[in-house]
Amino acid sequence: MSPTNGLTIAVPRGALFAGTVELLAALGLDTAELSSNDRKLLFDDIGVITMRPTDVPTYVEAGAADLGVTGKDVLLEQTAQRPGEGGREVYELLDLGYGRCTMVLASRDAPVDPAHEALRRLGVMRVATKYPRIAARHLEETGRQAEIVEVKGSVELAPLTGMVEAIVDLTATGTTLRENNLLVREEIVECTARLIANPVAHKLKAAPIDDLLEQLRALPAATGSAPRGAD
Amino acid sequence: MIHPIPSGTRDVLPDETREVRAITDTLRGVFESHGYGEIYTPALEYESVLARADMAEARPAYRVFDESGAVLVLRSDMTVPIARVVATRYAGSEPPLRFCYFAHCYRGVRPQRGQPRELLQAGIELIGSPAPSGTAEALSVLCDALDATGLKDFRIGLGDASLFPALMSSLRVREERQASLLEALVMRDFVGLDQMLAESGIDRSAAQVLLEVPQRRGGPEVLADLPAPADEAVKGLARVHELLSASAAERVIFDLGLVRNIGYYTGAVFEVYDPALGAPIGGGGRYDELLARFGRSLPAVGFALGVDRLHMALAGEERGTGALLERTDGAGLAASGAPGGAGRPAR
Repeated sequence: MSPTNGLTIAVPRGALFAGTVELLAALGLDTAELSSNDRKLLFDDIGVITMRPTDVPTYVEAGAADLGVTGKDVLLEQTAQRPGEGGREVYELLDLGYGRCTMVLASRDAPVDPAHEALRRLGVMRVATKYPRIAARHLEETGRQAEIVEVKGSVELAPLTGMVEAIVDLTATGTTLRENNLLVREEIVECTARLIANPVAHKLKAAPIDDLLEQLRALPAATGSAPRGAD
Repeated sequence: MIHPIPSGTRDVLPDETREVRAITDTLRGVFESHGYGEIYTPALEYESVLARADMAEARPAYRVFDESGAVLVLRSDMTVPIARVVATRYAGSEPPLRFCYFAHCYRGVRPQRGQPRELLQAGIELIGSPAPSGTAEALSVLCDALDATGLKDFRIGLGDASLFPALMSSLRVREERQASLLEALVMRDFVGLDQMLAESGIDRSAAQVLLEVPQRRGGPEVLADLPAPADEAVKGLARVHELLSASAAERVIFDLGLVRNIGYYTGAVFEVYDPALGAPIGGGGRYDELLARFGRSLPAVGFALGVDRLHMALAGEERGTGALLERTDGAGLAASGAPGGAGRPAR
């Protein structure tokens, strides 16, 4: 029997990929093809499917995968944070510890914080982000009015062009922010890789899932030191 | 020309209707044979009447004013309207009372998701029959009904809504923390639950209990070795299990973390799963305090099946390509996927 107990696991390509492959290898999975062939999506023999990190909750919620690995940032953006809120329904089982990043609010490095200035004078700050729900929630919780501008890539560009006063984005080392003359003003939340499960699989495949959890917990402390390199 | 209909609603055409009708006819036959008479209630009710129930997640989402300015809502489930019917039309009747229904209910949709705004529910309510016998009767009817539709691999997750709150109180979790811990469990955010417990200053052994117990699911063995405050709930679940026929008992997966997102549940709660579908097909539970809010204090239990989800599960089983159906390639699922398979506590 395979070390994943016959479970199907959704593995994110991208920043969390290396850490996840390392984890699967530590569990005794043959990951040679997985790490060498980056075109292939479906690795039937080891019960792995690969996809973009933001698609992981989608596949897991639908039951196309029993388990998945994705960042807490993706979960905060896609799943309900309190009962009654909309969002993907997946169970969050384990903090895997690697891929540590921080969700921050940043603005141009100027003597006066342009975001603060906009809020003071215009009553609202414009914030560009790939994480509109996280950004909106953070600003609501801190009692500030904001106009959220969703962008798909290179968020750093938005404040440099004057389109917005601030951004909410994930950073591991802060290098990209510094290079673009942006300064972290607030740290919103720390994000690491999480193991998630389909709600029905969590019941129907309880034993193999719990067995895998036990194996994961028994592994030497997570390889948390390697940053995800979201920058 | 495009004449749209609201997202989350559907036109159902003859091929599908025929199949859905066959399912509901089968369910109706089973419900009736167990003495559950079918009833209809209005789709529109007074908001002030339905508000007597604590619906939480399933709160009515659509409101309109009538000609006199009263607020009407589209019903979001059938349990509350039937509680109203019992308290008014059957105020003097000798319990137990048995009803079944096939009705469209209306829920607020979650943005960007294929959630139905209008869903057809099939269910029963058993009023005036306490735990454990009433619960066992409802579960038996549920299993008979699903068997009759031809659904093969379904399982019933069985838990108790009072278990986690009882544990928290007995372990002296401060009142103001209980709500957020329960919320983390409702969201099944076990990482968040772990963190909250660590930050709460609750002693470690108590925190361990609150983290470990709700992750227990599997056969009757998960009911063993539980802390004393869980006794009442656990004995109740074991009694229900004993009262079931062998074939129904085999379908049960005890799930000590099961909490449904509807506020009126008080005791045993359950959900129906099938490996062909990634989400529950339906669920139900005991609501022993709801009827009292309408002026007739009676214990009660019921369940509702999402007819569309049942249809999808049947189709998935038929194709053999359901989301979570066991893979047949070399990797193969661990033996525990078979009925009676047991999940051990995670830690």
